Formats: sequence, structure tokens, C-alpha cells
Amino acid sequence: MVDLTKGYPDKGYKIIGKPVPLIDSRAKVMGQALYTDDIRLHNPLTIKILRSPYPSANILSLDTKDALALKGVKGILTGADFKNTFGVLTISKDEPAIARDVVRYEGEPIAAVAAETETIAEAALKLIKVNYEITEAVLDSKTALKPTDRPLHPELNKENNLHKKVLQEFGDMEQGFSEADVVIEKRFRFASINHGFTEPHATQVEIDNKGNITVYSATQVPHYLHMAMAEVLEIPEHNIRIVKPHLGGGFGGKSDPFPHEMIAAKFALDLGRNVKIKFTREEVFFSHHGRHQTDLTMKLGFSKEKGITALGLDTLIDGGAYGSFGIVTTYYNGVLLQGPYKIPNFRFHVNRMYTNKPMCGAMRGHGGVNPRFASEVLLDMACAEIGLDPAETRLKMIHKENTLTTNEFRITSVGLQNGLKEAMRRTKWHEKYGKLPFGKGIGVACGFFISGSALPIHWNKLPSSTVRMTIDHDGGVTVYSGATDIGQGSDTMLAQMAAEVLGQSLGNIKVISADTRITPVDLGSYSSRVTFMAGNASRNAAIRMRKILVEAACALLDIDPPKYEKPEKSKDFFRQGGLKPDFEQGFLGPNPDYSDGFIFEDGLIRSENHNQSVTFLEAVEKALEFEGILQTSGTYRAPKLGGKFKGAGAGLSPSYSFTAFIVEVTVDSETGFIKVDKATCAHDCGFPLNPLAVNGQIEGCIHMGLGQALMEEMVYDNGATQNPSFLDYKIPSAFEQPVVDIVPTFSDDSEGPFGAKEAGEGILAPIIPAIANAVYDAVGIRLTQLPMRPDRVIFALEKAKKDKGATS
Amino acid sequence: MNLTTVSVNGLDYTKAVSPSMTLLEFLREELGLTGTKNGCDSGECGCCSVMVDGKPMLSCLMLVLEAEGHKITTIEGIAQGNDLHPVQEAMVEYGAIQCGYCTPAMVINGVHLLENNKNPSNEEIKECISATVCRCTGYNSIERAIHSAAAKMKGGCHG
Repeated sequence: MVDLTKGYPDKGYKIIGKPVPLIDSRAKVMGQALYTDDIRLHNPLTIKILRSPYPSANILSLDTKDALALKGVKGILTGADFKNTFGVLTISKDEPAIARDVVRYEGEPIAAVAAETETIAEAALKLIKVNYEITEAVLDSKTALKPTDRPLHPELNKENNLHKKVLQEFGDMEQGFSEADVVIEKRFRFASINHGFTEPHATQVEIDNKGNITVYSATQVPHYLHMAMAEVLEIPEHNIRIVKPHLGGGFGGKSDPFPHEMIAAKFALDLGRNVKIKFTREEVFFSHHGRHQTDLTMKLGFSKEKGITALGLDTLIDGGAYGSFGIVTTYYNGVLLQGPYKIPNFRFHVNRMYTNKPMCGAMRGHGGVNPRFASEVLLDMACAEIGLDPAETRLKMIHKENTLTTNEFRITSVGLQNGLKEAMRRTKWHEKYGKLPFGKGIGVACGFFISGSALPIHWNKLPSSTVRMTIDHDGGVTVYSGATDIGQGSDTMLAQMAAEVLGQSLGNIKVISADTRITPVDLGSYSSRVTFMAGNASRNAAIRMRKILVEAACALLDIDPPKYEKPEKSKDFFRQGGLKPDFEQGFLGPNPDYSDGFIFEDGLIRSENHNQSVTFLEAVEKALEFEGILQTSGTYRAPKLGGKFKGAGAGLSPSYSFTAFIVEVTVDSETGFIKVDKATCAHDCGFPLNPLAVNGQIEGCIHMGLGQALMEEMVYDNGATQNPSFLDYKIPSAFEQPVVDIVPTFSDDSEGPFGAKEAGEGILAPIIPAIANAVYDAVGIRLTQLPMRPDRVIFALEKAKKDKGATS
Repeated sequence: MNLTTVSVNGLDYTKAVSPSMTLLEFLREELGLTGTKNGCDSGECGCCSVMVDGKPMLSCLMLVLEAEGHKITTIEGIAQGNDLHPVQEAMVEYGAIQCGYCTPAMVINGVHLLENNKNPSNEEIKECISATVCRCTGYNSIERAIHSAAAKMKGGCHG
């Protein structure tokens, strides 16, 4: 196996920075890892959901008598059984567990049956009589803008189907465009796409018949589910325990509370029985929550001397029937353009519309992916028009470290420049760009992304992340974290933190995660927050533990314990991390320097000054003498960031990752087929904690970006999902995946745990425009609609031929 | 209900089953062998692959009554106790496992490939992997793992 640490600085760590397999991979490769549907509860009822065949209708009547009379049917729920609606955002709680009176999308739950067997439940669905009055559906976001007397959500008191409008302007757009050598405006369109995780949604609920339920669910957000469920069921949160078993992929698609989770919990409570529900693949597509269908027009002003002088965009995003994460998506469609380059004059206007389609929500790269495509293609066009090298031009424009963006995002570490330079060298960029034969092309694009949202969804003063840590009498270390391992390896990352700080092997660290009864609150796995936030929390819990053990060792060695002085608060707004831990405060600080004159290794705790040691276990036993248990907590809090204007909180993050792609393609001008031959990626994730896991994220993002670029799209006809299966919703196979070259790219992030930033999402966005720019280099066409299907390639080629004929 | 005897991982199981029961349901619900996953229940994703007489088949598309008289091997029958098959070992080592939901099927297909082809080409490995949808890895690490396992098996470390 090649040395994955090559090219990165050696910081002398034992576990951090080393390629380690995910700690649950052995259980997974043997088939032993239990996913939600693998759990076997005692005598569970099976739940099936009746779904609306119409995208827009009034429910005139609902007769469940015959279904309820069927032998083996134990209960039926309808919209009337749920008073409260819910939503992941407190400002957008618009979704009912079951449609009440009104249907807003095809596939919406109309009723649910709990029965002794799946066969009986399915038979019962057929006996439910629903009398629908079909109403006119709002099928696209343009129509949704028109005034109507019957909007999807009349409670919002709007005259049309606008869910959220965001308009922000910075600088002077007119001035910016007047300074430009070239101004280009273009319209771009993007299909909605689905996460395509392999494990369908599943939930099981166990009841103890004392009013408590344990909800096993395939969720990325146990904490948000916990809160939403308590509100919908109208019971205290302490009666509910949410457990996330192994999870078969999320990508944002399991980051909302879902109707089926509410339905399952209500059945369990009402019937006093354990229950289970699992979606078919069709149901996964029906409930969707994927990337928004988008129609955007972007205008770029570019100057040879100054770079980007102005960028403006008008965007319509099709949210579907409910809110989901949509308000955040609306902001992210604008603010995630604030990197990786400085944009002095910037304006965005985004409208998220309600339509009678399955709702859209968060998906890997959330809100930033589609506008990134547009801006990187326009930048390429500007370079082509002026005759600049698009890679060299980008190199010059990448944010400098420790600067502010125009909308006051704090940019701290940036390591992309060296990565992009190396990617250019490796790909022989200068020998290839503009010089390859017709049909072969090379393209470049860059991007950036948040390392976790600095602000919580539910406003509160709690830490963003908290980790509890214990050491047993035999020296075994356990990390308790609410962070949600969805396959990205967060459990492994948490264990690495503890192992490094406490000088233990990875095997001596157990991780218990995502169980609301025993793990502290963590906001969940979304916005690429887990490494930065839960990672810092785990590291800080371990640092507190280390202090206890050092003091115990000192007592045993009869030496003075180290003095921990309160560190002076950092005056550098851009560098808050790396200080000594502040043990007088609840929060030790981000990424504190825990060097204390002791070395933890080989089962020993050794004083460097006295060259004396005790065993780790002796220190543990000593520390246990008084308290009886050895337990610490660690937290992460984002620093105070951002401007004072309305909406300034959107996109704020303690740190940002940066990515560049150089992509090489072959375009068959006869079939219109685009083959991505090679993707060279430079991703600055600070210091990679686990190169094996980081590379896996990069390759996975390439796969998903490739899918959106070339083939993936949700197809609707009159609101009806046309391709709810993996046969009709195509995702790339091993044959489409390109050769991948990962350029070691890093920076020194003072606040990320051991210098790390995000590596799960930001990578996805820039590969898509890099492909489009390579297609231009190959055959001279600008594709502005995703996916870049062969028919669109052929159409564009023919149009280019005609245009050429017309001008010559 | 029909009485049927199916050989799974070397043991014969006799059960009364509904004639419409799939092999996948039988493995998961009747035998509790939940290592075989149900990603779509309609033959699209490949996550339910098991070996039938040594050949990978989609257990969601096979009725359990059709499995009578055949030897079924599931992911639970691949490792020998704690000794992983070289394909499994390589999948762990090369980081070819993220969420892990497709992993059992990838292993089944990989093991079948390497036990029938000592020198698989890149194309053959891609073909083998294409039997299963993986949404996490981009397939690159799985390819590397199978290449590595092939080299190891040629060295005679296993079976």
C-alpha cells in the first residue's frame, strides 16, 4: 500500500495523521454491524404508510373502518391524530406527520397502518377509502411566484408560494461592473438530485410500558429528532430515547426529523407494542429531501488587473412541499460564493418556492453546489475571453490567510495555493490546456466550504458539541458523544483524539455515540461540523483527563504537579487556538496546546524533568481513589464571528476548507458522451487526521459530483416522480469513476483539532464545473444545464456549428 | 405454507415458509442472518448478493423455494471464525468501507471473482464491483482492495 502520509508534515503524532481503517470496519466487513432494520425487537408490529397518488388534493373523507376490521390490524393513524407540525428548523415547522385535509405532494403520507405482519399491513392499506378532490398543482417555481388565493401554506399569509426570500448586497455593484474588462451574464439550470444512500429509511421503536420509548432510527440528527418528536407526541423528551444504530449513508438525506419516525413512535405509545417500519426504495425517492431544482442567472464582472470586480445572481430554487432545511439552503445559495476568491461587490437574490413536489433539503455541499458551478464556468469564460490562463488566474485570486471576506466571514487557514500549483504540475496543465486535440480537454475549478455552522439551528447558549469521557478501573477509555457516525468515520476520529492525547492505542478507546440517553447533546452530522466541533470536544475531554492522570502520577512520584496558568486571551481574531488550556473555564479553548512536561506512551506516564514514570494503570487507580469514577467532559464553542447586518449568521464558520480540481475528459462528439478520464484533487482540510478517511471522502465526493454533472436528475411529470428506482435514477458505477490523483494539500489551522478542517462536503462542488470547463476545452461548448446529458452535448455542438456557420 | 430445506453456510435449515417468501427474507427474518442487506428489494442495488452454489445472486429476486437443493453462502459464511478472507482483510485495510451497507455484497462478489480468476484485469474488477451500488467510496478504494487481495491470494496466504 502506498504511503498516504507522504507529502504531509510530520508533526510527531502517534495516531493523528496516520492512515487508520475505521474502527467499525471489521464488524461491517463480517456482516455483524447492526443497522436499524437489523435490530430484532420482541414481537414487533409492522407499519406501512398509505401515500397520496396526487400531488395536490383536498382529502374530503377518509374511511378506515374496513381496514381496521381486518384481522391482525392493530391500529391506524391519520392526520387527525397529530396536532403539531414539525421541521428541522424552528422557524420552519410546516410539515405534518400525516397529511391533514390537504395533500401537498405525490407520496405524502395519508394514513398509516400497524399490523401483526407486513402482508396484513399492506392488505389493510388497500381497504382504506380516501375521497380526494384533486386540486390544481403548482408544479414549478416560476408558477409558484405568481399570486394565488390558495397557496400551499396559507398560514404564512403570503399571496404566492414564496417560502423564503433572501437579498443581500455588499459594495457597489454598478461600480464593480464598470471596473470590469469583461462582463458576462448567463442563465444556468440544475435538476433536483437525490442522495442515493444505500440504506433506505428505517425506524424501530421499543416500548417499556412505563411511558418510555426507545427509538432506533437511521438518522443523522438524533438531537433534533429528539426535540421534534417530543413536540409532536406531546411528551417530555426524557420519555424518549433516540439511538442511531449503524447507518447506511446519509449525505444530508437523513438530517431532518421524518414523518415515519413520528408515526412509529405514536403507534408504539398508543398500542403499547414494539413497532418497525422500513421504506421501500420507491418511498425513499418519494420523500426525497434532495438537492433543490435550481434556475439561476449570474452576472460576473472581471478585470485583468483586479480579478473579480462584481458578482450578482438571481436564483429560484424549487423547495417542494415543505420547508426542511430550505431557509438555510436559500442563504447558502448566495453566501457560499464568498470563497475561495475575494468578491468586492456582491449581490444575491434567492427565492425558495413551495411547489407540489417532494420536498428538497440538505444534500452534501448544501446550497453551495449549484451557484459554484455557475461562478466557476463564468470565471472560465472570462479568462477565455481575455486570454488568461484559468488556473494561474485562480491561483492569484484565492483568499489570503487571516482576512475577511466582503460579507465578513473570517478566513483563517488557507493552504490551497500550493495544492493547486502541485496539481498543475502533476497534470502538466500548461502543456495541455488549450493544446489538446479536439475531443480531449482539461479544466479547472475551485471551491470552499464551512467546517461546521458556527450558529446552532435552535438558538441556545449550550456548547456546539460536548463529549464525555470515562476511564474504567482497568484503564479502558470510553468516549461518549452525540456525534453521528453515518459512515464518514466520526467514531474513529473521536477515538483518535482520545488515543493521541492519552497516549493509548486506538484499540483501547471505545466509542459510544448517538444515544440520547447516555451521550451528551451534539447537534448532529450536517454542515461538516463533526471533526471540527465534536473533534475538539473529544480532544478537550481527553486533555482534562490527562490533567487528572498527570496529577495522580505526580502524587505517586511525590513531585509537584505542573502549574496550569490561565492563558491570556488571544487578541488575534484570526488565531484563537493553540493556547494553553484554560482549566478555570468550562471551555478549554479550541485546539489547546496540552504539553505539560509529561509523556504518555507505552503504557507509561513519564515526567520529562524528573525522568521518572508510573504506569498508566497506576495513575488511573490513584485517580480513582477519591472519586471512585474517572470522568471528564470536553466542549467546543465557536468564537463570536460575523457582521451586524440581517442574515449575517448564515455561512459563518470557525474555519473553511478549500478545494481545487483539475479534470481531464474525453468528449465523443458523435454520441455526446462525456467520459471523465482523470480527476486531480487538491483539498485543504487543514491537517488530515486520517489520510485514509480523507481520501475516501475525496473519492466519494468525486463520485457524487460526477453523478450530478453527467447523469443524475429527479424527473417529474405533473408532480409525479418518474424515476423512483436505481434503474431509472442512474448513479455512476465503477466504470464511470475516473482515475483519481490526490495532491497532499494542507494548512495550519490553529483552531481545528490538531489543525484539522472539514473534508466531507466542500470537495463535491468544484468537480462539476471543472468537468464543464474541460468539456469546453475539449469541444468548445459551454454547457449551462445539469446534468450534462449526451443529448445536451449534441444539441450544444450542433448549435455551435450553426453559430459558426452564421458568423463565417 | 411449504416446508423447505435450504443449506446456508454449510448447515441445512428446514422451515415452513410462504411460497412468496424471497431468499433475502428467509435469511434475514427466519435465520436472523442480517449481514445480507435489503437496499431496494427489486434487484437494482445489489446489496442483497449471496452466493448460490458459489455464484453471486440477488437474494431479493430469488424465492426461497428456488433455493432448495442449492448451497447458499452469505457474508456470515465468508470468514473462518476470526480469520477474515483476504478480500475482507483488504477491504478493511484499504478503507474500502465507509457506511458499510454495500460491503457484504462487495465482499461476496469480490470473493467469487478471486476464487475463479487469479489474475483479474482492471476491467474485470470494475465489472465485479459494478454488481453493487456504493454511494460512499467512489469505488476506487474497493478496486485497490480487490487488486491487493488478488496479489495476496496468489502468494498462497489463503485457501
